[in-house]
Amino acid sequence: MTSAAIASLLERVHARDPRAISRAISLVEDNHPQADLIMSSLAKEPIEKMMVIGITGPPGAGKSTLTGQLISRFRAEGQRLGIIAIDPSSPISGGAILGDRVRMMQHALDPDVLVRSMATRGRLGGLCAAAGATVRIMANGGCSVIIIETVGVGQSEMDIIRLADLTLLVLAPGLGDDIQAMKAGLLEVADLLVVNKADCPGSESLALDLESVAPDRSRVCQTDALTGRGVVELSSRLASLDAEHRADGTRTDRRVQAQEREIVDLAIELLRPRLDLAVSALHSEPSTNPRHLAHELLLRLGIPDA
Amino acid sequence: MSKHPKLMDWEEKILQKSLERFPERQPQFTNHGGSEIPRLAVPVEIDDAYLHDLGFPGSYPYTRGVQPTMYRGKLWTMRQYAGFSTAAESNQRYRFLLDQGTTGLSVAFDLPTQIGYDSDHPMAAGEVGKVGVAIDSLADMEILFDQIPLDKVSTSMTINAPSAILLAMYVAVAEKQGVPSAKIQGTIQNDILKEYVARGTYIFPPRPSLRLITDIFQWCATETPGFNTISISGYHIREAGSTAAQEMAFTLANGCAYVQAALDVGLDVDLFARRLSFFFNASSDLLEEVAKFRAARRLWARIMKERFHARHPASLMLRFHTQTAGSSLTAQQIDNNIVRVTLQALAAVLGGTQSLHTNSRDEALSLPTEDSVRTALRTQQIIAHESGVADTVDPLAGSYFIEAATDRIEAEAMALIAKIDQAGGVVSCIEDGFIQRQIENSAYAFQRQVENGERVVVGVNRFQTDEEASPPLLRLDPAVETDQVSRLKAVRAKRDQSTVDSTLRILGAAAAGKTNLMPIILEAVKSYATLGEICQVLRNNFGEYRDRGHL
Amino acid sequence: MTTDTTHKNRVLIGKAGLDGHDRGAKVIARALRDHGFEVIYTGIRRTPEEIAAAAIQEDVAAVGLSSLSGAHLRLFPAVVEALRQAGASDIPVLGGGVIPREDVPLLIEAGITEIFTPGTSVATIVKAFTEACATHRSGRTL
Repeated sequence: MTSAAIASLLERVHARDPRAISRAISLVEDNHPQADLIMSSLAKEPIEKMMVIGITGPPGAGKSTLTGQLISRFRAEGQRLGIIAIDPSSPISGGAILGDRVRMMQHALDPDVLVRSMATRGRLGGLCAAAGATVRIMANGGCSVIIIETVGVGQSEMDIIRLADLTLLVLAPGLGDDIQAMKAGLLEVADLLVVNKADCPGSESLALDLESVAPDRSRVCQTDALTGRGVVELSSRLASLDAEHRADGTRTDRRVQAQEREIVDLAIELLRPRLDLAVSALHSEPSTNPRHLAHELLLRLGIPDA
Repeated sequence: MSKHPKLMDWEEKILQKSLERFPERQPQFTNHGGSEIPRLAVPVEIDDAYLHDLGFPGSYPYTRGVQPTMYRGKLWTMRQYAGFSTAAESNQRYRFLLDQGTTGLSVAFDLPTQIGYDSDHPMAAGEVGKVGVAIDSLADMEILFDQIPLDKVSTSMTINAPSAILLAMYVAVAEKQGVPSAKIQGTIQNDILKEYVARGTYIFPPRPSLRLITDIFQWCATETPGFNTISISGYHIREAGSTAAQEMAFTLANGCAYVQAALDVGLDVDLFARRLSFFFNASSDLLEEVAKFRAARRLWARIMKERFHARHPASLMLRFHTQTAGSSLTAQQIDNNIVRVTLQALAAVLGGTQSLHTNSRDEALSLPTEDSVRTALRTQQIIAHESGVADTVDPLAGSYFIEAATDRIEAEAMALIAKIDQAGGVVSCIEDGFIQRQIENSAYAFQRQVENGERVVVGVNRFQTDEEASPPLLRLDPAVETDQVSRLKAVRAKRDQSTVDSTLRILGAAAAGKTNLMPIILEAVKSYATLGEICQVLRNNFGEYRDRGHL
Repeated sequence: MTTDTTHKNRVLIGKAGLDGHDRGAKVIARALRDHGFEVIYTGIRRTPEEIAAAAIQEDVAAVGLSSLSGAHLRLFPAVVEALRQAGASDIPVLGGGVIPREDVPLLIEAGITEIFTPGTSVATIVKAFTEACATHRSGRTL
């Protein structure tokens, strides 16, 4: 593929051609040889302006339905949206069923709602890189709000959330121990704690529970995604928080940190094939201390004192 | 040895009364050799375990059947599901079936009707008249039942989300024939919960759908006492790939949800419970199926008595319709399907079904031809009149295998129902996909077994033959859709629009409130408001449910 | 320097029209997943236009449709047409369900790449999707 072809693809991305946007995403996600060229040809300005919202929570909390409701709110404001819905790949086959967009099908024919499903593909840092790239391509395709939705159970999904300017942790009553296990790590990361299914029994006590452990009580919101109750309040909370973070520099700090994370993840991804190659050349004997061998491996690649 | 007192008690109090009211089909049942066939075989020694788990037919816990004499008194209703493209053509088929000796009608509606779209709605394109009859307004319903006396036949309608509307149309047609609503007999499927799980013809979200259902329960209790207000269906759950035990468990769990919904709006359990009916699948796994039917009867009786405190015996009886398993039919060597259907029908009869549909041999390819439908009906008639299984009650009772399987299926179902209760009930389990996933796991496991040859499907993965000629198939006239649309336009042009507008306005206001919607829907139907118009008013008030694609 | 490409076969499995029988579609979706595909599942009761829009946004290499209601002659070509309208006529459409054999040539003529009639093994269907993805990839310039 020539650089002229890439230039024409990017032109079409900027013209908001949905096929071009989705092709560009695939090429980067698949680590196509021209991925670098695509990424370095993107315009900075739309990326600077966009708002990225991360939505996470355990399965069954109603994340996709809530995302669907938020899409409606943002569309009413005239925003163009990009949605990245992340689902786990099967560890055995490497395949995946990507079903989240079903819950957003009410927006299926809206040309200003782009939904992209993404499988984790067993990548460690790579998922973060792929999602980060998708966010930037969508911004170049005219999306001013980008929502990343993940099942917040694995570490890689947690990392994805760091790509977001604002993060919602969606919980619902009756989901049991999953929540307990998740709460610890995610409570600190999340900007807003959303108790969804507010019409169901147990939601009040869950909200109280969260208020008692959250650093700030005002971070707890209640919604009912099926009826849309509380969604207006939630979106205005998001807007004011975003304004706050833009003003006090939080947003910039987060983006810098997120980019640092991406760089590290990408570097590890880039290094991995070389490590794989070098490790076989090491001809290591059974050892009580593989740590030492790892140091030696890095030394061979010219990285001393790791 | 003298008779057990409980047996004598049953003979005197239950059997005698039943024989007086409903004499048996023959004065005497004998086999070819002249030996008398006993009405009911019981163990030589009746013990407490027998009385607790099996009992006698027509008495709690109804394991052995809901009537004391079962098919010796009256054969099951042979009810063939049918509905073709237009009301006029379906009417022809019904009259053919009645002439052939069928004893109940079963109406299949096309998908737009089932999902509340008029035939000219964009979503209806290509679907009008395809899997059943298109009904847009009362005018179509009048044609559908033309010259069929609604006080004489019983009619089952496979309709769910808009069942209130179709029932209202049926009542209105009866009225025009001079038949009061109290005289009509039949069943509306009206089982919305399984639509979310397996069949997909939902319109509204679960909660307003349950309100429509309880409105029907309440209205029918006084207005149409001869109508079954719901047919709680495991059939489609099984077709979607569940196991027998899952079919039973999810169906009874749905049943519990309907009963609870009715209790929650203040209905008396003994007022509506006797009009609940069930609908199960019969697969070729004959013994498992017989056990399933027996277990379902016993478990439902126990649930109604212990959980919902029903008192009237009729409230405790699980009465059910059965259809043979459509998904078991193969496109290869289609005559083999006649044999499959025979096994399945036999399972239903040995399991004590109240009515039965037998599938036709060509249904894996298209809608059945008239010849195939006749053979399917003949299959039932052969079982009824030649096999002898209809001449004694619950003939497989006491088989070690059958009783053990009955106990196992009941236990499996109880465990699943308990799990659903713990997780917040059926509606929650549907919303988060728990039930769908259970079914899909079973479906996928089955498919893999077929693929790798662990499970033999004759003609599919073993004993294949080269087949060339396609059998003659029933083809629908493509003009059906345009004809139906022009009929609909004519109805809209002819009716009094102001009456339609005002009934729809009243309906909208009532839907937003709590009054029973049935009388209002009946008025709307009589004004020739269309199905699509009525459903649109309800959609505006209730919202729409969308598939969440749980996998 | 780049890492290895991590290409996956991406396909969409959808149900157009009003037919709610999704057992077949779901079994195929799962089987494709178990053969390493990334499968976008649309759920039931979608319009041809919704399916085409999803196929494009997800950049799939093939679309699979299932129909048991007899509306395939209308709906399958409608999906082909919706893809064409959206400038994606290169994405192949495969279909299956209760489809009489004599309808197969009509559907092929209308642009459906392959039709699976009742009784087709899952292995055959997976193989067809694998080939459709390969063909699509090799014919693509970008």
